[in-house]
Amino acid sequence: MVPPTLSQRSPSPSQPSGKGEVGDLKSQLRQLAGSRAPGVDDSKRELFKKVISFMTIGIDVSSVFGEMVMCSATSDIVLKKMCYLYVGNYAKVNPDLALLTINFLQRDCKDEDPMIRGLALRSLCSLRVANLVEYLVGPLGSGLKDSNSYVRMVAVIGVLKLYHISASTCVDADFPLTLKHLMLNDSDTQVVANSLCALQEIWGSEAANSEEASREKEALISKPVIYYFLNRIKEFSEWAQCLVLDLVVKYFPSDSNEIFDIMNLLEDRLQHANGAVVLATIKVFLQLTLSMTDVHQQVYERIKAPLLTLVSSGSPEQSYAVLSHLHLLVMRAPYIFSSDYKHFYCQYNEPSYVKKLKLEMLTAVANESNTYEIVTELCEYAANVDIAIARESIRAVGKIALQQYDVNAIVDRLLQFLEMEKDYVTAEALVLVKDLLRKYPQWSHDCIAVVGNISSKNVQEPKAKAALIWMLGEYSRDMSDAPYILESLIENWDEENSAEVRLHLLTAVMKCFFKRPPETQKALGAALSAGLADFHQDVHDRALFYYRLLQHNVTIAERVVNPPKQAVSVFADTQSSEIKDRIFDEFNSLSVVYEKPSYMFTDREHRGPFEFSDELGNLSIGAESANDVPAHRVEANDKDLLLGTSEKEESVGASINGSAYTAPLYDTSSLSITTSQAQPGHSPHASLAIDDLLGLGLTAAPTSAITPSPPSLKLNSRAVLDPATFQQKWRQLPLSTTQEYSLTPQGTVALTAPQALIRHMQAQSIQCIASGGQPPNLKFFFFSQKAEEASTYLVECKINTSSAKAQINIKADDQRTTEEFSALFRSALSNFGIP
Amino acid sequence: MISQFFVLSQRGDNIVFRDYRGEVQKGTAEIFFRKVKFWKEDGHEEAPPVFNLDGVNYFHVKVAGLLFVATTRVNVSPSLVLELLQRIARVIKDYLGILNEESLRKNFVLVYELLDEVIDFGYVQTTSTEVLKSYVFNEPIVVDAARLQPLNPAAIFMQGSKRMPGTAVTKSVVATEPGGRSREEIFVDIIEKISVTFSSSGYILTSEIDGTIQMKSYLSGNPEIRLALNEDLNIGRSGGRSLYDYRSSTGSGAVILDDCNFHESVRLDNFEVDRTLNLVPPDGEFPVMNYRMTQEFKPPFRINTLIEEAGTLKAEVILKISAEFPSSITANTILVQMPLPKYTTRATFELESGVIGQTADFKEVNKRLEWGIKKIVGGSELTLRAKLTFSQESHGNITKESGPVSMTFTIPMYNVSRLQVKYLQIAKKFSAYNPYRWVRYVTQANSYVARI
Repeated sequence: MVPPTLSQRSPSPSQPSGKGEVGDLKSQLRQLAGSRAPGVDDSKRELFKKVISFMTIGIDVSSVFGEMVMCSATSDIVLKKMCYLYVGNYAKVNPDLALLTINFLQRDCKDEDPMIRGLALRSLCSLRVANLVEYLVGPLGSGLKDSNSYVRMVAVIGVLKLYHISASTCVDADFPLTLKHLMLNDSDTQVVANSLCALQEIWGSEAANSEEASREKEALISKPVIYYFLNRIKEFSEWAQCLVLDLVVKYFPSDSNEIFDIMNLLEDRLQHANGAVVLATIKVFLQLTLSMTDVHQQVYERIKAPLLTLVSSGSPEQSYAVLSHLHLLVMRAPYIFSSDYKHFYCQYNEPSYVKKLKLEMLTAVANESNTYEIVTELCEYAANVDIAIARESIRAVGKIALQQYDVNAIVDRLLQFLEMEKDYVTAEALVLVKDLLRKYPQWSHDCIAVVGNISSKNVQEPKAKAALIWMLGEYSRDMSDAPYILESLIENWDEENSAEVRLHLLTAVMKCFFKRPPETQKALGAALSAGLADFHQDVHDRALFYYRLLQHNVTIAERVVNPPKQAVSVFADTQSSEIKDRIFDEFNSLSVVYEKPSYMFTDREHRGPFEFSDELGNLSIGAESANDVPAHRVEANDKDLLLGTSEKEESVGASINGSAYTAPLYDTSSLSITTSQAQPGHSPHASLAIDDLLGLGLTAAPTSAITPSPPSLKLNSRAVLDPATFQQKWRQLPLSTTQEYSLTPQGTVALTAPQALIRHMQAQSIQCIASGGQPPNLKFFFFSQKAEEASTYLVECKINTSSAKAQINIKADDQRTTEEFSALFRSALSNFGIP
Repeated sequence: MISQFFVLSQRGDNIVFRDYRGEVQKGTAEIFFRKVKFWKEDGHEEAPPVFNLDGVNYFHVKVAGLLFVATTRVNVSPSLVLELLQRIARVIKDYLGILNEESLRKNFVLVYELLDEVIDFGYVQTTSTEVLKSYVFNEPIVVDAARLQPLNPAAIFMQGSKRMPGTAVTKSVVATEPGGRSREEIFVDIIEKISVTFSSSGYILTSEIDGTIQMKSYLSGNPEIRLALNEDLNIGRSGGRSLYDYRSSTGSGAVILDDCNFHESVRLDNFEVDRTLNLVPPDGEFPVMNYRMTQEFKPPFRINTLIEEAGTLKAEVILKISAEFPSSITANTILVQMPLPKYTTRATFELESGVIGQTADFKEVNKRLEWGIKKIVGGSELTLRAKLTFSQESHGNITKESGPVSMTFTIPMYNVSRLQVKYLQIAKKFSAYNPYRWVRYVTQANSYVARI
């Protein structure tokens, strides 16, 4: 059958896209609206069904809105439900018509049947029309107090819906506090679970503007709340259990006894058939034991079996999600899984996304005792009908060879691949042999003998060709016909499409020339002239460069192009350890499946339950320039945060002139210099002028009167802390002290540029790790270290420039010295803006 | 938390579509389907169950030829969403009896009803078929079970005279029998999927059993159930020992599971003592217990492959399958597949005479030999001879260029692990109460491969 083309399709009668059908429906509905004939509900049902089926396939049936509402006056619950569904779908685009429904929905909210009350309330809250919110508050308020748990359950989610339509209406009605009460007292666990969901969302987004919400958000992970949930966990549905476990992850027990209590309590959750529950439990176990190396390792041992069982039960999709997490753990601690390698063997009928993960796991767990068997297995896959997997398998063998010491057997296997005479196998194997030679030059003899037999005509893939050419150049002394093979390749220069190959060809022929000049001279000349005429800029430039080098001095050219090489000991890892740690912190989320931290694939408001890392992720790094284009800001900041440690070190060093401070002296001269260098617009003179304009009487405040006497605590002026450690510490340490104080007017004015404060604090040996926010609300994260020991202070500093207030939260490794540090911090801050 | 849920047919039509939070644009179903269909240009690679496209995360599971999809912008737990999708499919199946495109299309209003109660504003409310009963008012429109393809889930239990009441497992939990009252019965299925890899010399390289005790209850009034397993059942392996050194225990001795997990409703109070599980089965289908076993077992089939070159452009392949299980047992729907060298142009087959229901075919497109057998009785042996013609010389590489041989099959009333349900006790409501109890075993091949 020929599929109908688009033009034929739209007028076809079976595709009810025409207005005619909808028009028919409209008139039929109108006829039924007033009818009280017996069996009218059945005819209504049929019509409603039709409307909804149109809606499902994307036909706009909003024009029957009025008729649908007229027909909704019925006691038939099936009809009601269909009508609610319809109204929920179209109310947003028809706000005026939506008003029509308010009446009957409000009436239904007072129905005798709790089922109807709940349904009506749910639909009422799903209208998503901003100017109707006034009608929601009343029914929601009574819904939350309803005697029936179904209605309460619906009402709690209703509050959240209201919050998304109009946050202020929701907060003004004090609904969050009602939810909190329900969360802690309701007898129905689903009401409790829904309250928790709603409060997490509401307080999570309110926390940015309201101190109270921020405190409430913190209170969710306080000990009493956490214990309340933990003790009831088995009463919750499996889905709500996941929610509770996600909350528990954020809690930091005070000591190891508490940790063990929680783990013992949750132990049997690992035997749950629902993978989501098991993974959420595993996350709790892993996070709780981060600082207890032995126990952490035991956790790995304990979770192995449940994870493997989940991988092999359930649908392929479910096992993929679990396998991704197992993959992460295997990559983190391969030695723990090295005896389980057989579980990572591929099955022939598995989808390739599963096979790829397994191949990586096999590569990671290979060690002295199992390499032989793993490589044997991988070699079987190299003959696989699935070419992509065959390639991956060969690469895996290569990777194992590169990470092992005893590679004899593996080299033999790789060389056997070269003899298999399958073009893709040869291609992959060539690339590997090249990498192997870079690490183990001692194998050159054996490899060259085999590589020499490969006809370059059989190698077509650019990467493989480039590898072959590299070997020809590098080992031209041992390969008798290297110059001639290169020569024939150069003859076909114009047919070679890959610039990479041509670049390699230039370099190889140079190397060959230095080793065997008479035989290569002609080829070199041909290559250089072809290169100079090449349309590709890089190829052209390289040819010209070589040409000039040779003209200048052949010996120097050899030193440049063919210097003696050191064997590569470790090949660069593709992912930095910070990124890996961050993914691990986001265990049981999409980050694990994508193998990327959340900031790389999700915008900030959707990062899920990782609020703290969100905050850090959204804040900009201290050293960042203020001129960044806003659109690129988030991403650039995130990168800075992860990669900027070394840069920051430099900038710290630069501003401190190399001499370590022993006391927090206020070297105002150096401060103003750095400020004026970096921020010409904010030089002391300029700000003076502004201050004068504002009439703040800058000079009136004598410095000595404001500055408290410098405390005795000495800070390390070159303290270094990477963001990941900061995050981890911030979550683990308890809050030592919270203070709030006023800023000097000068300080407030100087804060128009956050950088100024960052530099100022840096000069006091208090380093900024991240900053952000929009005026008037600014937020900074600082850290400091003691001069003589590795004891760190972490500071969260929230400044509101309009009220000139600063709120300081301090966490410290060494609690005893918090007072001193906080005094020091205060004095440093109070000094800000005073030249 | 999810934003949208929808079900697509194989052709990409929307069967149901529910937007819970309005955070993701409308055209996602189309975007999703195009992406899945053309994941890789060559069409060989399947789209992974989770992917991100322009900030939207798409999750999908395939059930009964349908795509169950969820979208969200939030960095959620992938396990949770995939588990949820699978569960939604199961709940729908519980209600409709049969889950396929036709039944879904006929009952889409009922499905919307379910979806409204299962998820509210993206948060899961309940996935319990039992709880949902009180919120759902549409009656399912039953699809004719007889018109199903022969390989429906119920068909695996049909075997000669021991035919199971095939309609029972495709019965809706809310449907009533013609007589008005529903029949009191309970099904317990022990389903084992086995994976075996034989080396080219016939030695077992790896073997694993992934088992499930599946229950489907149509009992009224939620009586408590006691399920007793083998008393010599052991769970967990003592540390230190390698996973595959249990050869000595073959044939007798304890059944040793590597690990297992249980459904929420299962209470394990007596499990340590007498290996009994207590539960009050909720309505609908659910796995009571999943287990995994690497203890060595006797593989039901042996596969022998012989390749002989016959001149430069010809070769002969001889495949022999031996059924190594009791003659009282019959395996069905057997399919043997073997990739042949790429330069194979033709294959002619010689089937053993006297065996009915055999087919042999050479799939030109992917150069694959396919041998289908309807039934094999335990203890018997079957041979296939195939004469191959090549378009180029094989250089003695035929073995390297072909294989491995893989096999799929179903063996009803047989389980390799020897795990057993010793008895199934139902708490009596009254003395005459004696519901039907069906305990059924089945072994299926998951990955059954012989290298050559």
